[in-house]
Amino acid sequence: MSGVVALLPGVPLLFGLIGLLLPAGDRGRDARRAAAALGVAGAAIALLATVALLIAADDPVEVGARWIRLGELDVTLSLTAGPAALSVALAVTVVALAVQVYSIAYLHDDARYAPYAAQVSLFTGAMLLVVTAGDLVLLLVGWEVMGICSYLLIGHDRRLPEAPAAAVKAFLVTRVGDVGFLLGIALLAVHAGSFRISDVLATTGASTAALILILAGVAGKSAQFPLHTWLPDAMAGPTPISALIHAATMVAAGVYVVFRLFPLYDRSPVALAVLGLMAAVTLLLGALSATAQDDLKRVLAWSTVSQIGYMTAALAVGSPAAALFHLLTHAAFKALLFLAAGAVIHAVGTNYLSRMGGLRHSMPVTFWAFVIGLAALAGVPPLAGFWSKENVLVAAAHATEGGEAVPVWVAWIVWVAALVGVLITAWYATRLLLRAFFGPSRAYGTDPATGEAGPDWEVGFDDAVYARPATPHDPPWLMRWPVLVLAVPSALLGLAAFTPAFRSALELEPPHLDVAIALPMLLLVAGAGAAWWLWWAVPGVDPVLALGRARPLFAAGFHLDAVQDRLVVRPVRALAGAVRTVDERVVDGTVEGTGVATTRIGTVVSAAHHAALPRAAVAVFTGALLLGVVAAIYGAAA
Amino acid sequence: MHAVIPYVTAACLFGLGVYGVLRRRNAILVLMSVELMLNAVNLILVTADVTTRGRTPYSGAVFALFVIVLAAAEVGVGLAVILQFYRMRRAVVLDEVHLENEPVNR
Amino acid sequence: MTVADALLIALGAVAVGSGALVVLSSHLVRAGLYLVVSLAAIAALYLVLGAELVAWVQVLVYVGAVVVLLLFAVMLTRAPIGASADLDRPAWPAVLVGGGVGLGLAVLLAGAFRWTLYPLPVNGDADRMGEQIFGNWVLPFEVISILLLAALVGAIILSRPDIGATDREEG
Repeated sequence: MSGVVALLPGVPLLFGLIGLLLPAGDRGRDARRAAAALGVAGAAIALLATVALLIAADDPVEVGARWIRLGELDVTLSLTAGPAALSVALAVTVVALAVQVYSIAYLHDDARYAPYAAQVSLFTGAMLLVVTAGDLVLLLVGWEVMGICSYLLIGHDRRLPEAPAAAVKAFLVTRVGDVGFLLGIALLAVHAGSFRISDVLATTGASTAALILILAGVAGKSAQFPLHTWLPDAMAGPTPISALIHAATMVAAGVYVVFRLFPLYDRSPVALAVLGLMAAVTLLLGALSATAQDDLKRVLAWSTVSQIGYMTAALAVGSPAAALFHLLTHAAFKALLFLAAGAVIHAVGTNYLSRMGGLRHSMPVTFWAFVIGLAALAGVPPLAGFWSKENVLVAAAHATEGGEAVPVWVAWIVWVAALVGVLITAWYATRLLLRAFFGPSRAYGTDPATGEAGPDWEVGFDDAVYARPATPHDPPWLMRWPVLVLAVPSALLGLAAFTPAFRSALELEPPHLDVAIALPMLLLVAGAGAAWWLWWAVPGVDPVLALGRARPLFAAGFHLDAVQDRLVVRPVRALAGAVRTVDERVVDGTVEGTGVATTRIGTVVSAAHHAALPRAAVAVFTGALLLGVVAAIYGAAA
Repeated sequence: MHAVIPYVTAACLFGLGVYGVLRRRNAILVLMSVELMLNAVNLILVTADVTTRGRTPYSGAVFALFVIVLAAAEVGVGLAVILQFYRMRRAVVLDEVHLENEPVNR
Repeated sequence: MTVADALLIALGAVAVGSGALVVLSSHLVRAGLYLVVSLAAIAALYLVLGAELVAWVQVLVYVGAVVVLLLFAVMLTRAPIGASADLDRPAWPAVLVGGGVGLGLAVLLAGAFRWTLYPLPVNGDADRMGEQIFGNWVLPFEVISILLLAALVGAIILSRPDIGATDREEG
């Protein structure tokens, strides 16, 4: 059984590496089939291994080997798969398999499909490595490989003008967090004397600085404030990638790391307070920004930021089980939403809500998928999101009474933010549904109310061929089935909380519904009702215009991109320019200057050689006189 | 006898010879100054014979003889060079002797 | 102050004085003649110091041959008979270096020997010098004769009229 654990990250990684060897840019069917087969097979084998481990293993499975010894530090490489890790791995493999199958149809005319599929496999393997890592070193390896794959995949479509910039931005922003992450890991390992996570968890007195540094990496990878700015721009990548990486897996990796190291965090109120404040700010920031977006994928991206804020809030208030539960349900419904959004974009040919409308009649399957996904997002009972969000709210309310490690005032802030977040989430989910699927179609011409025009070109690989798309239709079955498969856990995963096996895997408390659910329900109804009422009262007008002057602020993400540019990007660029100038003028100048100086001295000295005979004679005799005087003086002194 | 007298005489003669080499423009006068220097050296050698008791007697005088022979050979060859130079330039002014390669004029 | 001292001082004054006139005179031929006087005074100094052979060889070779050669060269290069104005280069480097050298040497030697009294050697050293030359110093003697031969040949070659100003001819 222990060897099967190695299959989990190993098979996708191996298949990904093999897939990178396949020729790209080849429109021949064989390379395409081979790439698709490798991708799907990798995800499927990992899924089977996860299921086998879930069923067969009772105790956490562990396998490892000692690698090297750095001074007094032993570096081992081990994989460990407890039930919590296996459930996350299950979510990852299911979403990965769905995305691989979906991509076969979504990218059916992309010449570079083969490296894409290989990179998705690599990414899956890296995420599974993070999930099953028993060592901080392997965790870090998986973490970094995920970053690379994310960069490669966001920049996949080279024809999009903003894709390379978005990929670089994603990489650099997460890199900033990764520096802190690396330092935090190093501090923890040195303090514990070992890289094994079990050894690290057993130590006491881990420094708060190390924990907060690790939070920097979490903020980067999981798109929390202030390192969240890369996620909305990363929507320039293909939609299946958004589903896999930026909804279900990579952004959840940070949450998972804190979940794994939670015993350390539980002993540090300062770190939990920082986490809680970060979560509260991110929650509200993401939700408010999602209300004003016109791009369908950006609404979902900001929604992801906000929902991960829920997960980190659950961690901050001392309930890692609630965080993990919400991670799993979010993986299901957000992946569902992204894949369904991909179907919409594929059919309509544009990302913009102002160009959609009335799709409910022509795309019924997709419509119902959106209904389930958005309802789960908003937290409508009995869908999955309701149960997991309820757990988070209950944990936050419980923490406000004191008794947890987190300070009470932070718990209050988190709880209030989470409640307000419910309201806003319901609002933008309803707005999205209404704008995209109800009302008349706005696919032709500009939106008469706001005057917004869609783009001149369209997203989607074959829709770029014609200017006006055909009548929107439901996607082909290769894209439809993953959507349908993901709709099931979006709807029913919450009910799994009633099964004791699931509860014990996550160490979840039994669900109980008491009067405390009334407040979130009221807020949900209020938010959804407000959005619906605005849409119904003024037909054809985007409900977000009711925000008035706040709308541009929300749409620009509170201008945090510009703040980042001013505070970080420009000084770093200036510093780089200064360093380069110093390197060219001073360092290179010194090296070249020695050559130039030597040449000049040589020219001067050679000019002295051109003296006529009498002058040379004077020089010789003067030299002899000086030497004689020096010799006489030193001879007399000796 | 007080040996310092011929020694100082020789030193003065040597200094005068150096002065003449550096000041005179005519090559023949430079040669004359060189002869002064050589004679100063000879005087020192001969005086050293008196003041120093070497292992071989008269070694200073023998050296002086050799210097005289060398001076004679030097004057011979030097004057041949000067005369050749005179044929080229119609004058024997040392200022026109350049130490780097110059194109031969004919 | 013995007789030898007085002779040394007097002859030394003559040698230095005429040597000064050699390097200071503006007449070319007069410089040559002053050189004769200086060389003769030095020969007399040798006599006082007891090196007779050297003294007479000096008169023979230096006064008799070298100065004659120099005067021949003066004539062959059409030197001006009277005073010539542009005979000298700037004085200051020569004064500095020459004066420095002379002064330095004088100070060195005077500081080494002070006013010590040395006995004059016995006279009549020609046969003893002959023993030394052909005994201890016979090898340098032979080499010097080869050197004279080389100088002779070199002087002849250098004086050929068909080399120097012309090139590319066998020579």
